[in-house]
Amino acid sequence: MNVLECEGLLKAFDDLVAVDGVGFHIAAGETYGLLGPNGAGKTTSISMIAGILESDAGRVTVAGTEITTRTTDGKAQIGYVPQDIAIYPDLSARENLQFFGKLYGIPKQRLGSRIDEVLEVIGLSDRGDDRTEEYSGGMKRRLNIGIGLLHEPTLLILDEPTVGVDPQSRNAILESVEQLGRRGTALLYTTHYMEEAERLCDRVAIIDGGKIRAEGTRRQLVELVGQRDTISLGVVGSAARLVEALETIEEIESITSSEGSVEILVEGASRLLPRILDVAQQTGVGISGVEVVEPNLESVFLHLTGKALRD
Amino acid sequence: MRAALIIAGKDLSQRIRDRSAILLGLVAPLGLALIFSAIIPSGTDSFDVKVGVINQDTGAISATFVDDVLPAVERDGIMAVTSYGSVETLEDDVESGTLNAGYVFPAGFSEDVASGRGGSVLLIGNVDSTISTQIAKAVLDSYLSEVDAVGIAVGSALINGATDVDELTAKALATPTAVALADTAAANRELDATTFFSAGMAVFFLFFTVQFGVSSLLEERWYGTLLRLLAAPINRWSIIGGKALTSFVLGMVSMIVLAVSTTLLIGAEWGNPVGVLILMIAAVLSALGIMAVVAVVAKTPEQAANWQSIVAVALGLLGGTFFPLSQAPQVLAFFSKLTPHAWFLQGLGDLSAGDGLEVVIIPALAMLSFFVVTIGIAFVFGRKRVLAL
Ligand SMILES: Nc1ncnc2c1ncn2[C@@H]1O[C@H](COP(=O)(O)OP(=O)(O)OP(=O)(O)O)[C@@H](O)[C@H]1O
Ligand SMILES: [Mg+2]
Repeated sequence: MNVLECEGLLKAFDDLVAVDGVGFHIAAGETYGLLGPNGAGKTTSISMIAGILESDAGRVTVAGTEITTRTTDGKAQIGYVPQDIAIYPDLSARENLQFFGKLYGIPKQRLGSRIDEVLEVIGLSDRGDDRTEEYSGGMKRRLNIGIGLLHEPTLLILDEPTVGVDPQSRNAILESVEQLGRRGTALLYTTHYMEEAERLCDRVAIIDGGKIRAEGTRRQLVELVGQRDTISLGVVGSAARLVEALETIEEIESITSSEGSVEILVEGASRLLPRILDVAQQTGVGISGVEVVEPNLESVFLHLTGKALRD
Repeated sequence: MRAALIIAGKDLSQRIRDRSAILLGLVAPLGLALIFSAIIPSGTDSFDVKVGVINQDTGAISATFVDDVLPAVERDGIMAVTSYGSVETLEDDVESGTLNAGYVFPAGFSEDVASGRGGSVLLIGNVDSTISTQIAKAVLDSYLSEVDAVGIAVGSALINGATDVDELTAKALATPTAVALADTAAANRELDATTFFSAGMAVFFLFFTVQFGVSSLLEERWYGTLLRLLAAPINRWSIIGGKALTSFVLGMVSMIVLAVSTTLLIGAEWGNPVGVLILMIAAVLSALGIMAVVAVVAKTPEQAANWQSIVAVALGLLGGTFFPLSQAPQVLAFFSKLTPHAWFLQGLGDLSAGDGLEVVIIPALAMLSFFVVTIGIAFVFGRKRVLAL
């Protein structure tokens, strides 16, 4: 049985349609990724799924219970980790956990030991009684996640939980997420890091402009790109001028640029690479490096939207 | 309800911990009330009518007035009474302003009244203090109107064979004096200085204390924790309920502690506890509503705090918490009725005048209507902005 089912989710803020017909499902123990750039509609989708934000249309059920903003009991199935750190700075980690534990109705006799377990998992056992305003960014991030999994939800929703975290903390977070998945928790994970989606998620949805563009396992998604490769050029000088010149090459499928680099999606990189370098030389833009990347979720995104995941 | 209690419990422990609630709710008002009451001794000049009295009569009617009525009025802080020997000195002092008014009871006054000939008392007033003279006259009038009744009672007692007029008159006068006193006090329904400053500071700072609960909703939004509350398996109304409960508890605790401590420390007289409690509840609710409106309109917790301070100070000044409104121009007294502060102090004043509990009904209803109107406004503006209800 699916833990989460949602369909036809729609949300507009005035004229802007932030989420436009999003729907998917997650099975128990499955980790599902929403991969998309800033403003794609990930947080808005999640807010409707968690019953925080009223949807304009669509339907969400978690473990068979319909979720709306007015749902009370059904929400106890959901753990929610907001994108921005959401903890009380003047309380300790333990007090933060105590408060939310009570709110989620964890029985008193169970709460104390459960808090100890969570503090252990997020590696804050020895700092649990310090006020959280004295924590480092990474420690706050870990507590942010800890509060979400305190009541052992059936569905845990994590909204970009690793943003602004050092590589070491990040790895610890990813590991505990993997562990939760193995224990049978259904996970909904949003990110704009391709690597995280590739590593964690059983299935990934590519979301952009409020719509899911494609969905599937990594392998299924990469197949969408076919034989295409991404050529990444390091650029000294005007990337824009180079892009303009390269657009004359018809075989190039899509092209994006950012500060100091240009990404080109092509079919048959080895055949086209000399011509590309030729054009670059004619424009007088210096090339500091060339890299040909095998298809990955990043190239899938580029292929589907004509944009880079990160700008 | 359970969720509201959990939220209020968390908020209260946060507020106790950061001490600002204790500072604004208890330390500041108590400190200022102590300072004010020390600077301005109770029974201030401005509150008192200074009268002189000469009693050339030897009978019971004048004696009761001079020995019982005047001292009682003096104890109530309405008058300061001085005895005089000569009419000229008394007249001079009234003229020079040392006294506001003077009473002269001529010899044989009691006899004249009792025998039905009708005695007369001389009331000397200063033209510059007409209000004070009015009060002096009101005190005398209400006493004499009672004496008329007494005269009749004595008259009928005499017919029944009693002989000692003085004894009978004194006996007849012994009981109703209290009633007459309550009536004269009605001419001046103001709190004594100590109580006035205690109550004034309490209600002034109440508006600061109450904001802690109301504004913590903004704080939750700022910290992002509101998202977690919205995602939790609780009814959204219990979030509002928890915040309101926090404000209410903080407000009530601060008011009650202040009432008790000013009573014990500086002898403030708040009046009938039930009436005081009713007025306090109404005041706390009105403060809660007004501060909720400000919080809902503001964009950040800081902005809310700044605006709330401005509103609290402005309403406090207009509401006459720093100086009695009777000393202010008529216009101000009128506009002050647009503040819960003025209604609260009026309610306490009426209560202190010794009338029944029913005198708090109108002030309490006035404050409750502030609550209803403001909470309605806060809800209409806030439901979308703060809670996405
Ligand atoms: N409360 C709001 N009012 C108006 N517009 C909003 C609101 N919330 C989101 N939006 C808009 O909706 C779109 C989707 O936003 P959303 O936060 O869902 O994106 P996201 O995929 O989570 O992006 P990010 O990776 O930056 O977190 C954006 O264009 C955003 O500006
Ligand atoms: Mg987001």
